[in-house]
Amino acid sequence: MTEQRKPETPAGRTSEGAPASLTHGAGASITMPARGPEPQPRGAVIRGNHPIDQAEAAKRFMAAPDHLAMHDQRLWDLRQKRDRQKDQIEEWEDLRQLASDIKTHTLTHLDTYLEMFEKNAKANGVHVHWAKDAADHNAIVLDILRSKNATRLIKSKSMLTEECGFREYAAEHGIEVVETDLGERIQQLDDEAPSHVVVPAVHKLRTDVAAVFAKTMGTDPNDSDVIHLAAHQRNHTRPLILSADAGMTGCNYAVAETGSVVVCTNEGNADLSANTTGLHIVSAGIEKIIPRLEDAAVFVRMLSRSALGSPITQYTSHFRGPRKGGEMHIIFVDNGRTDRLGLEKFWTSLKCIRCGACMNTCPVFRRSGGLSYGATYAGPIGLIIDPTFNRHKYSTLPFSSTMNGSCTNVCPVKINIHEQIAGWRQVLAENHEIPAFKKSMMKAAGMLLASPRLYRASLPLADSALRHLPRFIVYNRMNTWTRGREMPHVPKETFHQWYKKNRGRNGKKS
Amino acid sequence: MRVGLFVPCYVDAFHPEVGQATLELLERFGVEVDYPFDQTCCGQPMTNTGCHEESRATEELFVRNFSGYDYIVGPSGSCVNHVRHNFDAPEQTDDVRQVRARTYELVEFLHDILKVDAFPWAEFPHKVTLHNNCNALRGLNIASMTELREKQYSKPCDLLEKVKGLELVTITRPDECCGFGGTFSVFEEAVSARMGQDKARDQSRSGAEYVTSSDSSCLMHQEGCAKRLHLPTKYIHISQILNGARA
Repeated sequence: MTEQRKPETPAGRTSEGAPASLTHGAGASITMPARGPEPQPRGAVIRGNHPIDQAEAAKRFMAAPDHLAMHDQRLWDLRQKRDRQKDQIEEWEDLRQLASDIKTHTLTHLDTYLEMFEKNAKANGVHVHWAKDAADHNAIVLDILRSKNATRLIKSKSMLTEECGFREYAAEHGIEVVETDLGERIQQLDDEAPSHVVVPAVHKLRTDVAAVFAKTMGTDPNDSDVIHLAAHQRNHTRPLILSADAGMTGCNYAVAETGSVVVCTNEGNADLSANTTGLHIVSAGIEKIIPRLEDAAVFVRMLSRSALGSPITQYTSHFRGPRKGGEMHIIFVDNGRTDRLGLEKFWTSLKCIRCGACMNTCPVFRRSGGLSYGATYAGPIGLIIDPTFNRHKYSTLPFSSTMNGSCTNVCPVKINIHEQIAGWRQVLAENHEIPAFKKSMMKAAGMLLASPRLYRASLPLADSALRHLPRFIVYNRMNTWTRGREMPHVPKETFHQWYKKNRGRNGKKS
Repeated sequence: MRVGLFVPCYVDAFHPEVGQATLELLERFGVEVDYPFDQTCCGQPMTNTGCHEESRATEELFVRNFSGYDYIVGPSGSCVNHVRHNFDAPEQTDDVRQVRARTYELVEFLHDILKVDAFPWAEFPHKVTLHNNCNALRGLNIASMTELREKQYSKPCDLLEKVKGLELVTITRPDECCGFGGTFSVFEEAVSARMGQDKARDQSRSGAEYVTSSDSSCLMHQEGCAKRLHLPTKYIHISQILNGARA
């Protein structure tokens, strides 16, 4: 949930929605009824294994001006706050390099550190489990819960459990899951996935939240006061939390030398989830391991600064063992990570600490909403991770980028995100995972552009029907340029023709 | 010094005046400029779509056209970045490596190689805002980037400050991408156009009469968006201002 500013809307509309010229004054022949809150645009249409049409979902998001303006401005604010934090730390770029180096070292010695963690965690009285995939993870959690006759699980935010489809799995197996992060709870009540790794409901206006709460808790749909909304949620959820049977958290860092787990939150809800019941289950991707406690200090300094532009999260909680009389379990999940580690061009994507800075800075993400990607991981980092889960379904995502490189620059662990986006395009094209018309268009363009004679013949001529754009752009069914833009002015001669006329026949002196 | 003039396909077809300004500007500094006739394109449209094999022949043609020059100079950071950093499809022969290393974007060539300290012929008494193409910025580093903690610098501003009467103004999101993105502009037209329109509004609000850039592709996209919004902002390539264009 985000603070709402008066959105700046395209010319001619007020944020209330009525055309500006008709809201009052003599020009209006009838009184315009006040429009209700703008309905929330929904995410990508999922059609089985079909490639996600991100552009289509983005278009629907942009057709909701209040949502678009709020989302863009809110995330841009986070980016600016991040910049201000970065400016206060003289060694910021060195820190990024150090963080990246620590990850390189760890990922290239992953087996050593995972085993070190296991040994130390067991010594602390923690149960350590290994899950090779999502199904394994879910089954392990269910086993633990059943062994304790637990039916209500409170959990803090975890992208990994989203990746594993844990919420649906739990529901199918009679486990009631209660999210303890406010944004994540909103998303759960709305039966929507998180749209952002750090601010999961950032795409929602407070009026959307009021509608969700009205539907699920019976509150006043017209009261979108943020204090009231937060209070409703607290009153509704607290009893569920206090009577829960088990707690679950994600993991920001698993420290090998201590066998401990570090979780960062702003709401203290990881502590709530871990400590309210006697049972604490941690879900962690195997890439979350770091060698030493002092390495955590490097990431803690960068995480919240990159994510929200605040120096540190409100809570940085260290869990070293079970509560007295309780149990603590950690499940290390692979789910494709070791395969990704073997991808020469893409393995560094495993360095990601899920700060979301790449999403906040991405101009496409800000205008599309995270749900437009139709995948667990949205935005720039999603474009390079999602295809490792399903190359066909997510084959379109690496094209939802201008490859401007801002994501790479804000990344606290220096993942070359925009270069990997380009790398994925190549892999997808080579594996016939781009539309056939695109491929044949590029083949034709490549042949044309490799031949000076054919190229010259294809250029726009004054009386040509194709005078507006070079033929390799126009000569397809997708000339979409003019939907939101005017055509460029076409000059009476090309540079080539001008040069020939004014500077002589051949420009290359030998 | 012998320079091969690289005129990107967009410039050739839509902005011949940018090619002319670049040529004349280089000649004003006594550079011997050739224009290899058989040039077409750098291959970026295919590579950006993932089709590296399809761009190989175009890239090889580029190398044949431009090998042997002391420098290859083009008025487009995007295309130059492609040549310098992404020319990976052809076999990396000495010629290919040499062409990659010797290809310069106009602003960096004027700034770093010719070390130009004055444009006595240039006068542009207007409020101007600068747009840096993302590849020129984050690929060729022609200016400092707001995401990084680094010393502030800007090669294009250094040059524009030498133009009489020109007043630089800034916009609220100076290095946000304008949404052109090559083939992105056609394949993902809605987001592309929206980004361009937002950029054009930001530019218009800054009070700038002109937007300038070392890349015609961004300018062409932004101008199309500004026109659609009926904004009065005008768009002009940096080579034209530096070469003494008046308005």
